[in-house]
This record gives sequence, C-alpha cells and structure tokens, in this order.
Amino acid sequence: MKTVLKLFARARDLAGSPALELDLPDSATAADLRIALGERVPALEPILSSLLIAVGNDYAAPTTPVAGRTDLAVFPPVSGG
Amino acid sequence: MIQLTHTPIDFAALTESVRSTQAGAVVLFLGTVREMTQGRQTVALDYDAYPEMAEAKLKELEAEARARWPVIEAGIVHRLGHLELGDVSVAVAVSCPHRHQAFDAGRFLIDRLKEVVPIWKKENWSDGSTEWVHPGTGEAAELSG
Repeated sequence: MKTVLKLFARARDLAGSPALELDLPDSATAADLRIALGERVPALEPILSSLLIAVGNDYAAPTTPVAGRTDLAVFPPVSGG
Repeated sequence: MIQLTHTPIDFAALTESVRSTQAGAVVLFLGTVREMTQGRQTVALDYDAYPEMAEAKLKELEAEARARWPVIEAGIVHRLGHLELGDVSVAVAVSCPHRHQAFDAGRFLIDRLKEVVPIWKKENWSDGSTEWVHPGTGEAAELSG
C-alpha cells in the first residue's frame, strides 16, 4: 500500500527530502516501516535505530499498523526547549 | 495558551496572561540560547518543529499538568527559526494557588516538553560547523557548515 511519511531534522537532511512515499504490505507495522526505510534510504542507517515514528499526532509502538497511512512522521530524538 | 512562533516571545505578556486572583503563585520558566556547551562555543541555534504534532503534544502536557496540580492558568510558547545568543527559545508560565504546586507543574511542563514534543535545535558552532541536537543518538552528527 502507498504509504506517505514526513521527515524532520537530521532524518530529513540525511534523506535529502522532507517526505517519502513507500509501498508497504497491508500488514506492515511501525517496526516494518523502520526496516523498509533503511532499505530505501541507506543514508539513514547511522540513526535508524533511534528514529521515532509518529502516526498522526501520537508516537507509534513497534506493533502499530502503518500501511496506507498518509499522516506518518519519522524523526530523531527531540531537542526542544 | 499553547503557541509556536517565529517572532520573539513576549514573556511579560505570557506571565500576565496566567495571573489570577485565584492564584497565590505564578512561576515563569525561560529557556535561553547559551553560548558554551561542554567547552564548545555556540553562535546561534536554529529550531525546527513538526508543528501539528508539537501543538497537540503541548496541549496534552497542559492537560496532564492540570490533572496533577491545581493549575489555574498555563501558557507555553516555543520559538522556531534562527535564534541568537541570549534569545528566549521557550517560555512556560503557570499559576496555582500555592508556590510548590506552581514550581512542580512548571518543572513538569518544561521537562516533558524536552522529552516528547517534536521540536529540534541545530547548533551553529563558532568554527562554522552545524549539528542537529538529537539526544541519545550517540554520534557527533557533524555536518559541514
């Protein structure tokens, strides 16, 4: 399924793009998305394991379904304040 | 009040906005751009955010603070974009009936903001290099300036 995600901060810089479209299996979870993202964008490898995944305005668990979503975001640990 | 802004934070107005005759205590926290970090010199910071989620998370934090402490009013404003040394990057103002509640609620809000709200800072070091600050990623993450 066509799945769209936004990228922020260093993830955006490494990917060279603010957004990506991935084709994921219907059963894909956030854990699967992380793996697919690493294969699609090898440049993300140094921070892949630390990336946070959000579905809508909420952080996803590894088991959260993500296939077909267009409101995903992927980013490194936050540093506001 | 929850706000992300690209213009300087009027923290006096924010403080005034949380004052109330029901409150015996008003606490204001300001985060400001610091020059030295572990021996390295900062010349500026750039802040970026995922605005929709950041605003949603800030509202959740305010609701959580209200559930835990008798908060009369709370205001959180975070600045985005390019900030110079000494600029105010974030302001948290809280009013409560008593001071311990106001200090605790204010500390909770800024501590949790730094953990869960999708905002990022990028260091502009004095040697011309830039570097996103991503706690726990365990590498220098250095980019050419």
